[in-house]
Amino acid sequence: MSDDLYRELILDHYRHPSNFGHLKDATGKYRDSNSNCGDVIQMEVRVKDGKIDDVMFTGVGCAVCIASASLLTENVKGKTVERVLEMGEPDVLGLLGLKSITPERGKCAMLPLKVLKMSLLQGQKQA
Amino acid sequence: MVESSELVHRIRRDFPILSRLENGKRLVYLDSAATSQRPVQVINAVKHFYEQMNSNVHRGLYEMSEEATQAYEDARSNIASFVGAKPEELVFTRNATEALNLVAYSWGRANVREGDVIVTTEMEHHSNFLPWKLLATEKNAKLEVVRITDEGLLDKGCLEEKLKLGPKIVAITHASNVLGTINDAKAIARKAKDAGAVCVLDGAQSVPHMPVNVKEIGCDFMAFSGHKMLGPMGIGGLYGRYELLEDMPPFLTGGEMIKEVHIGEVNWNDVPYKFEAGTPNVEGAIGLSEAVNYLRNLGMNWVRSHEKELTAYALSLMVNESSVHVYGPLDAEKRGGVISFNIDSVHAHDVAQILDTEGITIRSGHHCAMPIMDRYGIPAAARASFYIYNDKEDVEALIQGIKKVKRVFSVE
Repeated sequence: MSDDLYRELILDHYRHPSNFGHLKDATGKYRDSNSNCGDVIQMEVRVKDGKIDDVMFTGVGCAVCIASASLLTENVKGKTVERVLEMGEPDVLGLLGLKSITPERGKCAMLPLKVLKMSLLQGQKQA
Repeated sequence: MVESSELVHRIRRDFPILSRLENGKRLVYLDSAATSQRPVQVINAVKHFYEQMNSNVHRGLYEMSEEATQAYEDARSNIASFVGAKPEELVFTRNATEALNLVAYSWGRANVREGDVIVTTEMEHHSNFLPWKLLATEKNAKLEVVRITDEGLLDKGCLEEKLKLGPKIVAITHASNVLGTINDAKAIARKAKDAGAVCVLDGAQSVPHMPVNVKEIGCDFMAFSGHKMLGPMGIGGLYGRYELLEDMPPFLTGGEMIKEVHIGEVNWNDVPYKFEAGTPNVEGAIGLSEAVNYLRNLGMNWVRSHEKELTAYALSLMVNESSVHVYGPLDAEKRGGVISFNIDSVHAHDVAQILDTEGITIRSGHHCAMPIMDRYGIPAAARASFYIYNDKEDVEALIQGIKKVKRVFSVE
């Protein structure tokens, strides 16, 4: 399974992540870390008319975590906030092209979605 | 004199788990700093307890309970003598973490006042950092942190400066779980004493790996964990100087730790029982005692020299590996068999996961020592650690694994 984890898709997104950086006029921003490994992800999101207008991330993490953030930010643009809040592990694994993941690595894969959801909820609170 | 490799071969046969496969490959266990494996002698000692004398200690008047109590107290004497302590100076705890918390809660709360100074270091495991940080906050005392050098040694000048502040407590690790650094415990204990402080040593990474004698060192407290030295999980020890233990208030309260309880008045039990509230981990103590016998048979001098040899060998190969960064002193004389490292542009998690595909088990993360990660400006590190059952073949497997990581991530 782990050899499978390091396929080109994940390695490419780790080496050259999409949407890495900061966002102007973000409507929501959130940062969180994985207590066990020290992966840190910050998401900055701009919501317009209930849809994700743009999203950028920064952070430090393993290949799975960074690739997950990169693929996720590509995927959610244009989606409604409601749809993103409904996303879960199957969606993230689907983006990463994985059938399954071990519980420990699952935390790495899921951190970006967790942080993205929090940034959306935080944006809603402030609106 | 048996050749080291022949002896390791024999040792390996005592560890049933070493014949399991990891991802279909030979298990190369390089995570003993997290927890060691247990030999069949320890497993059998615990099994024997369950099958032959399982009963509560210090309670029953029947034969079996007397046997269990005897076995528990024999274990205490045996383990105490292993670290050079008297039996009544060894308090059984769950692990080193609980032992350190016991000192902070009991001695610390009774003796530290507002404005007092507590000295600890940047190289501590969180378990020898957080209890002091909490105590300082609660008492409005000052926590002073001794820095480490780029090489990963304790900054002696900084330690001297902190000692001049007249600390109440000096809490330092004997051996670092990240950098491997072995601190000069004897010198530190003497300096702490001269400064009028109580010296607390974290022996979690030293007691399993080298000869340790608390009386020769001259420390006031020393904490260690059984599961890092071939014993079961959930059993550990706190050595405390008798006079100090006597004066200290209890840590946890309940059964066992009292002489008399009346509604108006309570008399605490004698040392060390005063600190052992509730039914203790009897099978753990018995297992740890057997682990101590196993180590004593090998001789702690052999354990240390064997690990030093492996560490020197591993370091010599790793420093020649491009894009690999090793933390801590590069001289095996100054360090234990713990090697933390990173590979350029690869996260430690990915290093560990790829090594696992080759059957090589290492730890990755911040190793419960985030101040060290901050010191070196890294989010995490990979860590390989050696013990008595590892050999040069394991070190070579690690190096081959590192080469595989570099191939997968296209690192030169």
